[in-house]
Amino acid sequence: MRIVEKSQLMSATEIDRTVQRLAHEIAEKSGGTKNLGLIGIRRRGVPLAQRIALAMRGMEGVEVPVGTLDITLYRDDLSKVAAQPVLHSSEIPFGVDDKDLILVDDVLYTGRTVRAAMNGLFDLGRPQRVRLCVLVDRGHRELPIEASFVGRRVQTSGTEIIEVRLNEIDHEDRVMLVELV
Amino acid sequence: MLRIKNGRVMDPASGTDAPRDIWLDGDRIVTVAPPGGGESQRAPAGTRDEILDASGLIVAPGFIDLHCHLREPGIENSETIETGTRAAARGGFTAVCPMPNTRPVNDSASVTRGIVERAAAVASTRVWPVGAASAGSRGESLAEIAAMQQAGIVAVSDDGKPIATARLLRQVMDYCRSLDLPVIDHCEDASLFAGNSMREGRQSVRLGLAGMPAATESIAVARDIQVAELTGCRFHVAHLSARASLEAVRAAKKRGVRVSCEVTPHHFTLTDEDVAYDTHYKMNPPLGSAEDRAALIAGLADGAVDAIATDHAPHEPASKEVEFDRAPFGITGFETALALALELVHAGKLPLMRMVELFTTGPARVLGRERRIAEGQPADLTLFSTEHAWTFRAAESASKSRNTPFDGRVFRGAPMATIVAGRVVYRRDA
Amino acid sequence: MPERLRHLLSIEPLTAAQINFVLDEAKPFQEFQRYPLKKLATLRGKSVALAFFEASTRTRISFATAAARLGADTLNLQAESSSLKKGESLLDTVRSLDAMKPDCIVMRHSSSGACEFVAKHLDIPVINAGDGSHEHPTQALLDALTLRDRLGTLEKLHVTILGDILHSRVARSNLHLLSKFGCCFTLCGPAMWLPREFETMGMPVRLTSRVDQALEGADAVIVLRVQEERLHEPALPLNEYILLYQLTPERLRRAKPGALVLHPGPMIRGLEIDPAVADGPQSCVLEQVTNGLAVRMALLFMLLGGGSESEPGKGSKHVAD
Repeated sequence: MRIVEKSQLMSATEIDRTVQRLAHEIAEKSGGTKNLGLIGIRRRGVPLAQRIALAMRGMEGVEVPVGTLDITLYRDDLSKVAAQPVLHSSEIPFGVDDKDLILVDDVLYTGRTVRAAMNGLFDLGRPQRVRLCVLVDRGHRELPIEASFVGRRVQTSGTEIIEVRLNEIDHEDRVMLVELV
Repeated sequence: MLRIKNGRVMDPASGTDAPRDIWLDGDRIVTVAPPGGGESQRAPAGTRDEILDASGLIVAPGFIDLHCHLREPGIENSETIETGTRAAARGGFTAVCPMPNTRPVNDSASVTRGIVERAAAVASTRVWPVGAASAGSRGESLAEIAAMQQAGIVAVSDDGKPIATARLLRQVMDYCRSLDLPVIDHCEDASLFAGNSMREGRQSVRLGLAGMPAATESIAVARDIQVAELTGCRFHVAHLSARASLEAVRAAKKRGVRVSCEVTPHHFTLTDEDVAYDTHYKMNPPLGSAEDRAALIAGLADGAVDAIATDHAPHEPASKEVEFDRAPFGITGFETALALALELVHAGKLPLMRMVELFTTGPARVLGRERRIAEGQPADLTLFSTEHAWTFRAAESASKSRNTPFDGRVFRGAPMATIVAGRVVYRRDA
Repeated sequence: MPERLRHLLSIEPLTAAQINFVLDEAKPFQEFQRYPLKKLATLRGKSVALAFFEASTRTRISFATAAARLGADTLNLQAESSSLKKGESLLDTVRSLDAMKPDCIVMRHSSSGACEFVAKHLDIPVINAGDGSHEHPTQALLDALTLRDRLGTLEKLHVTILGDILHSRVARSNLHLLSKFGCCFTLCGPAMWLPREFETMGMPVRLTSRVDQALEGADAVIVLRVQEERLHEPALPLNEYILLYQLTPERLRRAKPGALVLHPGPMIRGLEIDPAVADGPQSCVLEQVTNGLAVRMALLFMLLGGGSESEPGKGSKHVAD
């Protein structure tokens, strides 16, 4: 099995424009940002959440706190992830109770990651509301989960993979469509 | 008649180390002659000599094992006289001395007779029992030593345990001196021994196992030597394992005390560093330090040690498959003894003739007997190769038990044939 | 990625990298102890057999809680009411337990080497919760986590261990673990329980029977329990022990300022440790307990949470979702 790059879905500029747009939408559709919190799902949801927060500060002048959530302990597919899963801490520097939370992730696919993330969130407290923001929605849902804020919708097949590369982790900004052959 | 030809005879009593042919008739040696000579020996008309070709082999007087456990009567799950002596014969032994810690303890003529009669019926080797020193080996009163002597014991011991007190030891030794019986003691200070399962040292500390110092043995050796000196009794130290004990024996011999000692193959091969929770390395006395091993080897070579004895101690597998500190002490040893001794010979640490002494004239002298290859002597012979390559497999042992640390060990040299009272009781398929 | 742990039988063969990995995996579990709802489903459906052949309350509860908080079930063997009293061998007892198909066994036993012995006969992972006088790996790990958190590092610390060293599995495990980080040690206790052989094991160890000397320059002191009676050995009068070895505030002052005091528990106030020290600011005993839970959760997670060796790990990048 190897990875073959098929096409580029988003360039660096397109990613940036999308982030700006998502930040706007979130501010618009939240009826006030006082109670908002952004929670990035490890790994790549985290830099995305931070970029959205930065954009919101830049254009709207609002400060939205950002937390990170490690879902390793909540996955339902732990044994398939790795022989030895590596745990990281979740860091949410604000109380979760009664907060209006936005979960942020790079790709929405089957929905299982988001299900695990919600389990993790609810272990920490009782938020007032939880909505989902993703950079790419590639379909193929296996659970009744939908994103309120979507950067780009892409049709994909089972063998294709959406690879989101972000500077903070991958040293470049790009979204690629790749295939396992 | 049985003719053993082309062998290299090594006979410590006469100092012979030369090619010789040997004729056996019934249970006696009738002729020993240079090859080609002895033509005067011819089978009576109508019969033919049975020939055993000993080319490439050493022919020695039959080996004697001064110390072993045959477990019969009473503990036949781990060994019987029949299976034990079969294993002994495979090890080249022609006579073995089973210790009295059977069930019941061999402390009376009737038990001794039982053993002797059973041996006559099924044993592959001669069986010369050691009788208990005290009744039940309980360390309180004397056993029926004279009666046992008439029934066939060759020495006295409470092995398994030390002879309990100096006072009892003195009585036993006075008594045995008058009967001209040697006293063999398992030298051990009970209070230093209690609760321990290996030798105290870096390894025991590392493993977190309770260890006993070498003094556990040497304190008792010192005590026993003084009582032997006091009484003039012949005294033999069983399974000597520590340098300090050997030094005490050496000094006593110099003073003219009638003391002797034996060393087991595992004590001159392994050390406490070899212990790592495997119960096949657990025995009493425990494996000593590297310094002890070196001292024992030097003593084997220079005569301070009189005999190699196996302390063959079979235990059924289930009893050894437990936590180290709960496991019984002891390992088997008949079938690997000679090969382990040959390792010392091959390493240049022990001359071959000296090794033969340690298996023959040495133990014989402890028992007050002779062991030699000469006309009229009993037809007990051990034929062995110093070169035959083989691997010892516990699963193929003739013993009922498998508790040995030497499973899978590759050896150079092996017993090839064992003759007891003129009968070939063991022949190795090469 | 350091080599994966299959069993945890002893600290001695582990590398510093493996130990750091375990301590790092324990960090999220430290925070977890502060969550309002302490229940995960991570090990749901897995079962942990707790085979404690030697009496223990704290360690057993710690492992049981660790398993429960991860969502695993526990199978409980208690020594007092066990079949061992009826003469069943250790191997048979453990095999019966194994036949109920737990996913791992956490075992404590009074014989050194017992866990290693059992691991040879079972397919499932074995965690040593204390074997005789040999090792107590999770204790050393939680001690290390405590030291690392409070002092910022494990490197090159000067650690004093005080008490009956000869019979202590806690001492041995700590010696093995901390020596991998370049620490040096002072071992102090009554002479008959202070074997010289520790000086020849390749670790920088100093032995002394004098507690004042022992504490000088120490970054941390590990105070061991005193076992009142030991079979076959004449007992040391407890008043002697208190006189010569009790850790008092005055004696503690000889250590470095702010030196940490650790104790594997259970403590006997007024015997090996002065109550003022036990309750003082340098004492870490309560953190040790919390860290013990975190370390044991991390271990159970590491041994039971991942895939089998035959399924190679794919990077999280290429996994569905």
